[in-house]
Amino acid sequence: MVQTAIRSGSESATGTDAFIKAFRLMLLARTLDDKFASLYRAGKIHGGVFLGRGQEALSVSVGLALRKGDVFAPLIRDQAGRLAFGETLLDAARTYLGSPLGPMRGRDGNVHRGRPREGYLPMISHLGAMIAVVNGTLMARRFKGVTGTVGAACIGEGATSTGAFHEAINQAAIEKLPLVLVIANNHYAYSTPSSRQFACKSLADRADGYGVEGHSIDGTDLGACLKALGHAVQRARDGHGPQMIVARLLRLCGHGEHDDASYIDPQLKSSPVGRDCLKVAEQHLLAQGWADNIAIDSWRGEATHQVEDAVATVQREAPPDPYRENWCAFASKHLVETHPEIP
Amino acid sequence: MRIRIEAFGGDASRNSLNVSITYLEAIREAQARALAEDPRVFIYGQDVGAFGGAFKATKNLAQEFPGRVIDAPISEDAMVGSAIGAAIEGMRPIIEMQFADFSTPGFNQIVNHAATLYWRTQVPCPITIRLPSGGTSGSGPFHSQSMETLYAHYPGLIVMTPATVEDAYSMLLEAVAIDDPVIFCEHKYLYYHLKAEKLPTEAMPVGKARIARAGRDMTIVAYSAMVHEALAVADELATEGTEVEVVDLRSVKPLDTDTVMASVARTGRLLCVGESWPWGGVTAEVIARVATEGFGLLDAPPQRLNAKDTPVPYHPNLWSAHRPTARSIAAAARNVLRS
Repeated sequence: MVQTAIRSGSESATGTDAFIKAFRLMLLARTLDDKFASLYRAGKIHGGVFLGRGQEALSVSVGLALRKGDVFAPLIRDQAGRLAFGETLLDAARTYLGSPLGPMRGRDGNVHRGRPREGYLPMISHLGAMIAVVNGTLMARRFKGVTGTVGAACIGEGATSTGAFHEAINQAAIEKLPLVLVIANNHYAYSTPSSRQFACKSLADRADGYGVEGHSIDGTDLGACLKALGHAVQRARDGHGPQMIVARLLRLCGHGEHDDASYIDPQLKSSPVGRDCLKVAEQHLLAQGWADNIAIDSWRGEATHQVEDAVATVQREAPPDPYRENWCAFASKHLVETHPEIP
Repeated sequence: MRIRIEAFGGDASRNSLNVSITYLEAIREAQARALAEDPRVFIYGQDVGAFGGAFKATKNLAQEFPGRVIDAPISEDAMVGSAIGAAIEGMRPIIEMQFADFSTPGFNQIVNHAATLYWRTQVPCPITIRLPSGGTSGSGPFHSQSMETLYAHYPGLIVMTPATVEDAYSMLLEAVAIDDPVIFCEHKYLYYHLKAEKLPTEAMPVGKARIARAGRDMTIVAYSAMVHEALAVADELATEGTEVEVVDLRSVKPLDTDTVMASVARTGRLLCVGESWPWGGVTAEVIARVATEGFGLLDAPPQRLNAKDTPVPYHPNLWSAHRPTARSIAAAARNVLRS
């Protein structure tokens, strides 16, 4: 199988406009994440907050490589990819704040959000579980004679240890599905280092074993990510079967905002894998002369304004009302049982 | 109330053949009909393709419906996960678990994903998961389980337990038509043992229990294969002048409490029989509902009878003593009648 190592050179293959678009989405995602973190610290968010800090370059590249009609199953650190795929700031804020006007209406929260009818799948918490679901959407399209669409599923290196991962990538290979499986190797699954997660040299080596194409990339390099994801998604779209992308990067935050991440190896933090992809991309913009500090500051200001506006809107919305909730888990209303003992 | 099966839209010409049909053949026929009438239906499971399934429940269907009856790898999690994805895209997958026992590797996708999808997103998840269930002698701990209790516990799942050839056919068709995930517990012991003259042309809707036999002295509530054991007990006790009413639950979720309560109102005595294990479960649920909502209807403490609290044994001698049988049910029924 094809095994490629993709790096962006100084002569990036991606265009300036694409890079800037990606950078601005990363900036928006980081700004939104920071806002959620501050709302969490202020006690305004119930449950956890999970950030994509350090993973935005990879994430945004997935979202941008997909197009309308494709399927996207993001992971908890994919705010940038979600925005790139078309999620609105309001959908994100409404889910974190539990607004009934959001797609999950307070029934599910934080990163568990999506719009399945639009190919944007809401994850369950069980890692690896979404891959097979993406497979199923692609099988359905084949049944229906829909061609040219792809599905992307994002996981971390921790999820590669699950049976669900193995079953699903194997299933995709057998069915030759246009699946792009994106593995963000951020070196920690909660507090567990990757040395306790797998023993092979590189996760990308597993692609051969499954009979799929594998690609290994530097997840801190936006140009490399855009190029690799664009390539892999196109390979899948062109009928070359499942693609496995493994990106090396570091989670620059805790597992959730409750976690101070004190266990992260300082040597990793100071190594190239610990670079902040957003800063790297910003430096690249400046070095290439594609933008100056004035422009970047104005983009940052615009992102802040958009995020503040969306969150303020949602904070004015009424929270879900248990007396208006129908408490019904069935679509088949005629099959709903009543439990008289439950008030 | 009865629903006409023609409502599903097919022709019932097969019925005019008037040949005997087994419970297993009814399941095969229902799937053939679902495939023929609804292009959204496909079947996915291990060995279901050219081989026709471990029990032949999909015999010839791969040939009759090319590309729509697909062999799966031994990956129950991925089978159910992909069915969920297909359902999101508007398909109506039927998943065959080779044995009910093997649904446990797919448990996560069933209870955490399929069962929660509609509630979380308002997008229905119309998948049917067929579980060849229950004991047959010699099958042992891992090919004999009855798992209705486990699945019925989770919100968002419909759990069907057909006891007759007619119900196996009509309820499977209804399972495919229902917009929610359905766990279809088909009993392996009934596969070949149970025969009917023909396929039904009308059926009771899912959610309604059936009075399998009317009686005034006591009620036995049962489902799946245990209905037939209960009916044998009713025959036996009838020779002693006792009239036993047998209620076939048909589906354990939803559970038709009204029909059970009405029966207990007539008889005043209740025994509930299930083939699964005794801790919690369908029989406990029925008794809890009757005791809390219909205590005043009871003339004697309600009783229940389940399998023993061990894994299902292999040897026929042990197996037949592990699950309730007509003999042990008759003894329990006599206790209820005496108390």
